[in-house]
Amino acid sequence: MSGHSTYQPQSPFMQWLERRLPIASLVYSSFIAYPTPRNLNYWWTFGGILSFMLGVQIITGIVLAMHYTPHVSMAFNSVEGIMRDVNYGWLLRYLHANGASFFFVAVYVHIARGMYYGSYKEPREVLWILGVILFLLMVVTGFMGYVLPWGQMSFWAATVITNLFSALPGIGSTVVSWLWGGYAVGNPTLNRFYSLHYLLPFVIAGVVVLHVWALHMVGQNNPTGVEPKSEKDTVAFTPYATVKDGFFIAVFCIFYAWFVFYIPNYLGHSDNYIMANPGQTPTHIVPEWYYLPFYAILRAIPSKLLGVTALAGSIIVLAFLPWLDTSPVRSANYRPLYRQFLMIFFAAVIGLGYLGSQEPTGGYVIAARIFTIYYFAYFLIILPLLGLFERTKPLPNSISESVLRRGAPIGASAPAPGAKA
Amino acid sequence: MNPHRALMAFAVAASLSGAALQTASAEDAPPRQTWSFAGPFGIYDQAQLQRGFKIYREVCSTCHSLKLLSFRNLADPGGPGFTEAQAATIAATFQVTDGPNDQGQMFERPGGIADYFPPPFPNDQAARAALGGKLPPDMSVLAKARGYDWGFPTFVFDAFRMYQEDGPDYLHAILIGYADPPAGFALAPGTQYNKYFPGGAIGMPKPLTDGQVEYTDGTPTTVDQYGRDVAAFLMWAAEPTLDARKRLGFQVMIFLLVFSVLLYFTKKRVWHDVLHHP
Repeated sequence: MSGHSTYQPQSPFMQWLERRLPIASLVYSSFIAYPTPRNLNYWWTFGGILSFMLGVQIITGIVLAMHYTPHVSMAFNSVEGIMRDVNYGWLLRYLHANGASFFFVAVYVHIARGMYYGSYKEPREVLWILGVILFLLMVVTGFMGYVLPWGQMSFWAATVITNLFSALPGIGSTVVSWLWGGYAVGNPTLNRFYSLHYLLPFVIAGVVVLHVWALHMVGQNNPTGVEPKSEKDTVAFTPYATVKDGFFIAVFCIFYAWFVFYIPNYLGHSDNYIMANPGQTPTHIVPEWYYLPFYAILRAIPSKLLGVTALAGSIIVLAFLPWLDTSPVRSANYRPLYRQFLMIFFAAVIGLGYLGSQEPTGGYVIAARIFTIYYFAYFLIILPLLGLFERTKPLPNSISESVLRRGAPIGASAPAPGAKA
Repeated sequence: MNPHRALMAFAVAASLSGAALQTASAEDAPPRQTWSFAGPFGIYDQAQLQRGFKIYREVCSTCHSLKLLSFRNLADPGGPGFTEAQAATIAATFQVTDGPNDQGQMFERPGGIADYFPPPFPNDQAARAALGGKLPPDMSVLAKARGYDWGFPTFVFDAFRMYQEDGPDYLHAILIGYADPPAGFALAPGTQYNKYFPGGAIGMPKPLTDGQVEYTDGTPTTVDQYGRDVAAFLMWAAEPTLDARKRLGFQVMIFLLVFSVLLYFTKKRVWHDVLHHP
């Protein structure tokens, strides 16, 4: 997409550099002049929040890795050493552990926003699929990170989750012992999880570059779902989006700091302050809160193989969303029926999250099954059919028109900073 | 605004699914206590930590180790407030194993300030052999390794009121929870009934009775008070940097609030022309 202005290097050095490596103009066109729809609301700031959280996790993680010992007999105590004897070690660890949770808070909001406003639809399919890949990478990275402190929940979560692969017909037990590097979760498992936990964030950063690249090819969606048609519909990324993102990152940090400084162990499980003991199973094994909906889907199905298939399918189905949703209208604001089904979907996911934290008995199993059926029916039945039968509301002709209709005065698109008037 | 209604829908759905499916644990909920270190400005009470340490030293340390703490920690800022000389004096009353010496022998010597608290038993097997097969847990992070699942909706409120003292509540509850078993309760041999212990049958005999540990500062010498004091001490042992965390947290919060407000007005200013000047 064309920008509001192009980069004109001023200093001799920048002109020299521009002819050899046009990095300054790349940054300028991507993060300064890049046109962004003028009607974006605060739900659109979560992409910036996610980039910020990835940075926080990588920086705190690198320093934590300098003090951590990946060995079954030393890992737990080395984490406690970080808490007690490393300068501000408690801060690094609590930032990192709660940072994982807030990373997931942000990604769930980001995904929900994409679903609400139909951000996955043509021409943003590749952008969306890269997002699903990023989410999968986050799930794997987060899981491996949770194993590293080598507490009871670390060990037993690793045991339960790796054992899921034993459901694979024929090759199950071979795959599981290959994952473990032995015949049980042990030191080789911890070592490889540590190695991969350090590697994957950089893979995530790489896919983020692709995600942003794809975004800048097709441009951002917006609350109307109508593509920008003229320069009146957009504003320059800087300062408009940067200051808005910056403001909401600061607000997000208030919630983050609330947990880090005042209730740092609220989102963790107390059993993880007991060192891993392969001989003693905790009464109640639960994953971290951000996996609970998927854990509930797994347990809702009595057959292990089908349960694992449903667990994997519940994430993979997201990648097919651009083709499962047959409606040409993007934004739920103009799709009254879709909006209701989507709200029920969100409620079902939260319900599954709650059920995932409870003992799987009686009414809980029935409720989890109902929510699981709705989860898949939403993608595989409701969305394809809804697009064919739903009567949608009339779309505005342009973003500017929708802004005008809401009562805000229409304005010419604001000039980029430094641009000639 | 639609997004706001969406948020409301989340909240309602969450509360409905929670309210409909309330659980209850078999054991009693530990009664919540008033802790000096609770809340955004709460810090440890030095006198209470010293009393709690006295109980640990005279009673708990007979069976429970405190492996992750060293004597120097007793003089750390935000702790019980002993001087380094006092910590060294305390350390010297413990015998620690050192070595091997030039003859290749391990030997015993009085503890120094850099030594860790020596465990009461050389290993877990020795502890089990001496205590009828039961292993007393290490107490270094015990206050964070125990808790109670209050379920919905308490867990939601706790996030807002910053309540994270379920560990010390539980430790205090265990000490006051010894009672006669209810009618029909089959108590396994070698166990006692404790209404706050999961399952009700605890291996540890009632460790404290009124007046057992002498206090010199006029604090009541009741099991209830002992329980609070030793639980506070163990919370400090598990989270020795709590005071520094809350102090820094307050500074960070002030910064973030001011910074957010400034960014908000910057944002308003930047967007003013877009929204108001055709």
